[in-house]
Amino acid sequence: MLYREALNLALDHTMEHDERVVVLGEDVGFYGGNYRVTEGLYAKYGPKRVIDTPIAENSIVGTAIGMAMMGLRPVAEIMTINFAMLAMDQFVNQMAKLRYMSGGKIFLPMVVRMPQGVAKQLAAQHSQSLEHMFASIPGLYVLCASDSISAYYGLLHAIRMDDPVVFLEHTLLYGMDFPFEPMQNFDPFKARVLKKGKDITVVSYLKMVHDVIKVCQWLEERDGISCEVIDLTSLRPIDFETIYQSVKKTKRLAVVYEAPKSLGLGAEVSAKVSEELFYYLDAPPLRIGGEEVPIAYNRKLELMAIPTPEKIYSQILSWSKRHGL
Amino acid sequence: MSQTLAEKFYYLMRLGREFEIRCKEEYLRGNISGFLHLAIGEEAVHVGAVVGFGKGDLFCPYREHVLALARGMDPRLIMAELFGKATGVSKGKGGSMHLYEPKLDFYGGNAIVAAHLPHTVGAAYARKMMGEKAGVLCIFGDGATNNGTFFEAINMASLWEVPVLFLCENNYYAIGTHISRSFALKDIYLKARDYMPAEVVDGMDVFAVYEAVVRAKRYIEEYGKPYFIEAHTYRFEGHSMADKGDYRSPRELEMFKSRDPIKLLVERSIREGWLNQEQISLIDKKVEAIVEESVQFALNSPEPSEEDLYTDLYCGVCSDAIP
Repeated sequence: MLYREALNLALDHTMEHDERVVVLGEDVGFYGGNYRVTEGLYAKYGPKRVIDTPIAENSIVGTAIGMAMMGLRPVAEIMTINFAMLAMDQFVNQMAKLRYMSGGKIFLPMVVRMPQGVAKQLAAQHSQSLEHMFASIPGLYVLCASDSISAYYGLLHAIRMDDPVVFLEHTLLYGMDFPFEPMQNFDPFKARVLKKGKDITVVSYLKMVHDVIKVCQWLEERDGISCEVIDLTSLRPIDFETIYQSVKKTKRLAVVYEAPKSLGLGAEVSAKVSEELFYYLDAPPLRIGGEEVPIAYNRKLELMAIPTPEKIYSQILSWSKRHGL
Repeated sequence: MSQTLAEKFYYLMRLGREFEIRCKEEYLRGNISGFLHLAIGEEAVHVGAVVGFGKGDLFCPYREHVLALARGMDPRLIMAELFGKATGVSKGKGGSMHLYEPKLDFYGGNAIVAAHLPHTVGAAYARKMMGEKAGVLCIFGDGATNNGTFFEAINMASLWEVPVLFLCENNYYAIGTHISRSFALKDIYLKARDYMPAEVVDGMDVFAVYEAVVRAKRYIEEYGKPYFIEAHTYRFEGHSMADKGDYRSPRELEMFKSRDPIKLLVERSIREGWLNQEQISLIDKKVEAIVEESVQFALNSPEPSEEDLYTDLYCGVCSDAIP
């Protein structure tokens, strides 16, 4: 099942069973969505529940908040995370704060979905990974999906929650086909161990998960290094228990992500593991992230700025060798 | 009818005025802290609008004590909130700028200028979708209309045909900047006139505000569409307790104070025979007692507990309605 079809199915299923669920955003209705995630919903549920909005990001999130306050369950789409910067007041000062400031009187059962990450030559203003900006705000939940299972069940879960959720997707995943199987009790707040291993724990999320799995196969085949791969489907909160359990066994941690390396999820995960499991570690945690530059249009420069399987492989290998593997 | 209204207006405006004068005193005593924005001078807008609007959702900016009182919020719970106590309407977590009571359809209290405007559009969309007619009253200051979100919200309200009454209280100052130094247009209502019916009203005359809001409410209920009112008013105090308001000339202040909305209401009510001095004194005494009681309640209320730091952030509930 295509990733975008899984998201579409989650929206369709919830809209079918709950009239309170509405979808809103730029081009989501008549046009069918710029990444076709909402395709077919307009015809099926009509313009009242699949709402085309003006290009007014702050008010897309803002109107969704107003709808949620009154008991609807809006799922807003921001076309890409880059445009969410125009709505940061609503995310940070409103969506994340209203419940707390009201002493628990305001409920915001709402989701804002958006893709992020580097696609192909979209240049600096369309190629960012900004998950850390949202994951650093108490009051929000930040979920993300790396494949069709986490896309379908993650989004389903997000819409069912009575708290506000930021749901992150990756631009390059929309057209990718992943195996899909019905699951009981999928919990997006529990990190997924996608591959068992004994030497290194590699934590990742979104599209990088797939590069990591490829790299881990290379490491196993070429170098005899066995990696355990953990896919975070929630960035706030992060399921540290699953990470700790794995690192206690492997004694080594690498974190791989597309955003610029500093001040992001890599820093948070490696700091927590260092704080909690310092004496278990056989090596300092390794962060593999993007370069500290905006993303250039030129393909060569673009690929230089983000982790690629080749770069991830060589960095993990040299780090492992430096630290006695 | 006018007699009943005059009595109601006088009670609410006097309550608002005395409540806020007491807030000022308690602030200076150190019982209230942080930002405290007083609406002294603007009571005709707040009371006239809330009473005139009647049933429906109410969204306010941060200068909202009088709006909350007019909506029927318990003065004790407001004062306790200002004191930061656990018994406050927002459990001491919101303060002066964040009073909420969904049971009264009262949705704040927002401290980011213009941020609640899209909330009202979404709220009205939801209410209309659920087949409710009452609509939403959205109150904001002149400064908010210079924010891009204002234009986003009036465009969407008009485009989606949702029943929001946008009520701009023009007190001529965005903190210390006079509208002549921040507006390219002279009249604020002109900003909205291409999107919806828009009019100007004397915000020092509570009857004028009330009548305009009643008309507007009838319109938004009947057509399910938005309406815009600009009410001219003036705050007699600074923007907040941190602001002396000395960028305004004494002459200007005196000119507006000569049109004190409570004074205007009393003069007219006595002239028309709606209220007499005895009734007025009776209300004054009642208000005094209510305000005093609210302060005693706040003083005697407990602080939030240490556990309260972590509560009310997430509700952690999943709706059962969706498979």
